[in-house]
Amino acid sequence: MRRPTIMDSQAPSAASTNTAAPNTVAPKTPPRNGARTSSAAAVVPAVSTRDAGLAFGDRVLWSGLNLDIPPGQFVAILGSNGSGKTSLIRVLLGEQPLSTGAAWIAGEPVRRGSTLVGYVPQKVSIDSATMVKARDVVRMGLDGHRWGMPIGSARKRHAVRATIDELLASVGAAQLADAPVSMLSGGELQRVRVAAALASNPSILLCDEPLAALDLRHQQEVAALLDRRRREHDTAVLFVTHDINAVLDYVDQVLYLAAGRFRLGPPEEVLTSEGLTELYGAPVDVIRTQGRVIVVASTDPTAGVHLSHDDHGATDPPLGPTRRIRR
Amino acid sequence: MSVWDKLFSFENYGELLTLLHNSILAGALLGLIGGLIGVFVVMRDLTFAVHGISELSFAGAAFALLVGFNVVIGSILGSLSAALLIGFLGVRARERSSFIGVLMPFGLGLGVLFLALYPGRAANKFGLLTGQIVAVDDPQLFWMLGVSAVVIAVLAILWRPLMFATVDPEIAAARGVPVRALSPVFMIVLGLTVAMAVQVVGALLVLALLVTPAAAAMRVTASALWVPVLSVIFGVTSVVGGILLALGGSLPISPYVTTISFLIYVVCRITGNRRLRRGWARRTELAEPAASPADRRSQPVG
Repeated sequence: MRRPTIMDSQAPSAASTNTAAPNTVAPKTPPRNGARTSSAAAVVPAVSTRDAGLAFGDRVLWSGLNLDIPPGQFVAILGSNGSGKTSLIRVLLGEQPLSTGAAWIAGEPVRRGSTLVGYVPQKVSIDSATMVKARDVVRMGLDGHRWGMPIGSARKRHAVRATIDELLASVGAAQLADAPVSMLSGGELQRVRVAAALASNPSILLCDEPLAALDLRHQQEVAALLDRRRREHDTAVLFVTHDINAVLDYVDQVLYLAAGRFRLGPPEEVLTSEGLTELYGAPVDVIRTQGRVIVVASTDPTAGVHLSHDDHGATDPPLGPTRRIRR
Repeated sequence: MSVWDKLFSFENYGELLTLLHNSILAGALLGLIGGLIGVFVVMRDLTFAVHGISELSFAGAAFALLVGFNVVIGSILGSLSAALLIGFLGVRARERSSFIGVLMPFGLGLGVLFLALYPGRAANKFGLLTGQIVAVDDPQLFWMLGVSAVVIAVLAILWRPLMFATVDPEIAAARGVPVRALSPVFMIVLGLTVAMAVQVVGALLVLALLVTPAAAAMRVTASALWVPVLSVIFGVTSVVGGILLALGGSLPISPYVTTISFLIYVVCRITGNRRLRRGWARRTELAEPAASPADRRSQPVG
């Protein structure tokens, strides 16, 4: 198995991880009380992994992954198709066991169905045959996994209703509460999805390309919504994306997965030509133009490096709405 | 005897009513469980599967008739094996459709074969296909009561996770709902319900009870409460109404049942369309979305 030497050569910023942990032995206890980070001694990281690795047979997606994502951080997960971005999300959801190492959510080992985790998937549409109100979709995030009929006392019903209204209002979708989800637009539905993901008041939101099916304006709205949530409630956001530019304003750290290795740090440190060239083991150019970041394979575009997210960046007009907002 | 007399005759209605109260009870039960399970059939897009299951259920019942076995058990066995086959072999919708297309004519062919070999009365034969008010006897009614109780109990327990898994399987799985395990369990319950429906309306017209009421309900409401409630009301109205109209005539009950349920659907569809045109979801323009670009402009950027 190839060692992720690249991590050792690059020391990310103070807020992110280092590679001090031994890579051979998975620790048995969650990393509490700042054993590793002296600056945030009492804070339990929203997500931590120790020597986490995932391999399918001989194919190593990533290995030696040591993360400590503090509460409230916005982390973008980038990488080409098949680099294991979605698999990382599935690991944190408890749906995919790690090959090596261990992972914790808010100090608890990852497990399936944890209420500490909110999940916003890529798929946006709900089948048109599904006549369900937006408020019922949010309710599923609240108690949809419980057995039995949704019957309760009048007081309990009112409490549930108030909670749902509150959740929908927090994502700016209060007016959609009684609309059937099959009649919502993609952007509206994704708001409802975020509200459902927040129903269990999670410590972390896992978003798997939640903007993929949205137009630029709705991308910006949903991204801003996630940003507001993490600022107000300290919910960490792990955000898988093909196009960093939609969330570049909000991102604290970037986790870049490629060729079985990874790089973690603030965007300006990770998204550099030297860094990504080293990561891919092939020449890569990072172009910054008008505040946008575009990653391109510099010499031979067919040199085994598939940088899917730059396709998007390269074809977009350089001065999209994203940039105008920032100025 | 005119066509009208054949269609509707209310002579000796009181006597017939007491004679056939078992059938009416069975019909009401069927309307209830059909209406409930129909909600999931429509949402999970299993309409075609229901049709496929009912044909194999028919084959099972025909075989039981031929060998002099309990017809209810025969149809239950037929529909359960079809439901499980479809559940396990046809996970993806496209695969499922073609598999059902393969299974259905085979079931129907088997059933026709068994009926052709059956030496008894022709009315019994057609009853299985098109429904007949054969007086439901007490043991048969007990069977139906028992099966209905099982169906209702399972649905009551599974309701929320099943709904979650139906609407949003990916998120439901992430929240710990056993999405994959729920599917075969639901297919078993569906198989049981279809077997019950075959007894009353016949194999060809099961859809009128398992799909039409729920589809009609979903034209007029999206409420988590009113969809199943309306669906049950529509289902019970169709079956019981159909039986009551068919009592005196000499025709099978299925045309009555299917006509009532179709009319309900038409009315619901018109109502729903009217509502759609007026704007189903009155989206009051409360305020601009929470973090509109305008807000962002004033914020310092990290």
